Amino acid sequence: MNGVANGHLGKRKRADLFFRVLATASAAVVLLSLLLIIGTILWKSVPALSLSMLTHTPKGGFYLGKEGGILNAILGSLYLAVGATVLAFLLSLPLVLYLNLYKGRASKTAVWTRFFLDVLWGVPSIVYGAFGFVVMLALGLRASLLAGMLTVALLEFPIMCRAIDEVMRLVPLELKEASDSLGATRFETALKVMVRQCAPGILTGVLLAFGRGIGDAASVLFTAGFTDRVPTSLADPAATLPLAIFFQLGTPFPEVQQRAYASAAVLTLIILLISLAGRAMSRKVTRHVVK
Amino acid sequence: MNGPAPISIRNLSVYYGDLQVLKSVNLDIPAKKITVVIGPSGCGKTTLLKSLNRLLDTTEGVRVQGEVILDGENIYAPRTEVTRIRKKMGLLSQKPQVLPMSIYENVAYGPRIHGLRAKKDLGRRVEHYLKVAGLWEEVKDRLREPASVLSVGQQQRLCLARGLAVEPEIILGDEPTSALDPQSSQNVERRLIELKQEYTVVVVTHILRQARRIADYLAFLYLGELVEHGPAAEVFANPQDPRTRAYLTGEIS
Repeated sequence: MNGVANGHLGKRKRADLFFRVLATASAAVVLLSLLLIIGTILWKSVPALSLSMLTHTPKGGFYLGKEGGILNAILGSLYLAVGATVLAFLLSLPLVLYLNLYKGRASKTAVWTRFFLDVLWGVPSIVYGAFGFVVMLALGLRASLLAGMLTVALLEFPIMCRAIDEVMRLVPLELKEASDSLGATRFETALKVMVRQCAPGILTGVLLAFGRGIGDAASVLFTAGFTDRVPTSLADPAATLPLAIFFQLGTPFPEVQQRAYASAAVLTLIILLISLAGRAMSRKVTRHVVK
Repeated sequence: MNGPAPISIRNLSVYYGDLQVLKSVNLDIPAKKITVVIGPSGCGKTTLLKSLNRLLDTTEGVRVQGEVILDGENIYAPRTEVTRIRKKMGLLSQKPQVLPMSIYENVAYGPRIHGLRAKKDLGRRVEHYLKVAGLWEEVKDRLREPASVLSVGQQQRLCLARGLAVEPEIILGDEPTSALDPQSSQNVERRLIELKQEYTVVVVTHILRQARRIADYLAFLYLGELVEHGPAAEVFANPQDPRTRAYLTGEIS
């Protein structure tokens, strides 16, 4: 009897140990990959990183290893991603509020909309790019900052919606009732109570979508085009960092390839800075959140 | 203000899908008194309360039949403006639910959405109702802090101030002390007794001793049916229905 119990206990302990090793190993793989990626990029980009790279547009022969920088791609990416994120936000927030407050979070509309958003989330970005391209041609536009923004906004939309929705679904119904019972309209409850309560989640959703948008190459390949100039209007084509990396890495010149890594480092840094800024803001908007 | 008006509930039935939660309830709620609705959990007390300010409307799959007459107006008539009905009633829920904003903003929220904009007036109103709710002394130096830092008992009094600040005629309490410690409960009960001078109060509770302490008028709800109602002293002393008697003596709960 005792022996059986002991044998059983031993088995349980072994299983426990096995999973602990597995979990630790997974954590180590994730952490190491991250460090490796950042390390490789930084190490490879050191020879090319310079201030002038950040402050100049490409000169003639830049892709052959001559003078210039990637200011066009930095600004292009920032303009494009900021514009797209603002557009996506203007679509996402009303949709999520509509699902959660107007239709009811468990309504058929909400369930189906969530399903479609999940499908949209899974659509590869090159498909968004191809779709944007077709629409662009149909509208008689050419590759431009605007076309790129619209395509990336479309790509960001489902991500932002689902991220905000997940947070808003967790808001207790009693909070909505509290506002309703004071005679607030649904719009007032939405804007003054739900948005405040979900502010940290909304911020996370926006940052997540922004990160996705600024890092995507395939969706802007045909829609935003590529240029050595900094765009001065929405109708101008715009360079982006992911494409700058792609084009530079595709040359046979080692010094240009190094610049590709420098561009990647800049892109990573931008995302890091935005995340840090978001974190700082998050502390502020969490202040009033009711637990 | 033209004085608080009594509420008349006429043949009120409520269905959650196929389940009938309230069965043709008829009840006149007297003005400027505390009416307490008692009954075991799941008997439809909260449903009855929420039907009074049409908060049930927000729940999916709910169907309401019958009338609730307030100020001579059936609040379930088509085209009734729900926000106007709700402004006439302040609600205290089971678990105090503060809004995600500062203490001051919690109280100012209601008056502001109903059009009170002037800062001075708002400030005066916030102070007044925080005093009525017996919270002013505890929070006057930290009005800008998030409401969520308050203790649960303080939060419930903040919810009371918030509900009063829209200047309703009726106060609804849905087991308003169930999440509170004894002292906070006593504090809230005392407020309710004070408030009946000016307001019609309807409180739902499953605590019989509380009902004895505060009720002027008593209604006993059992399995969705209004079994008995009348002046509290009479019902407590001499219940007519055997079910009421059984409930009051603790045989059913």
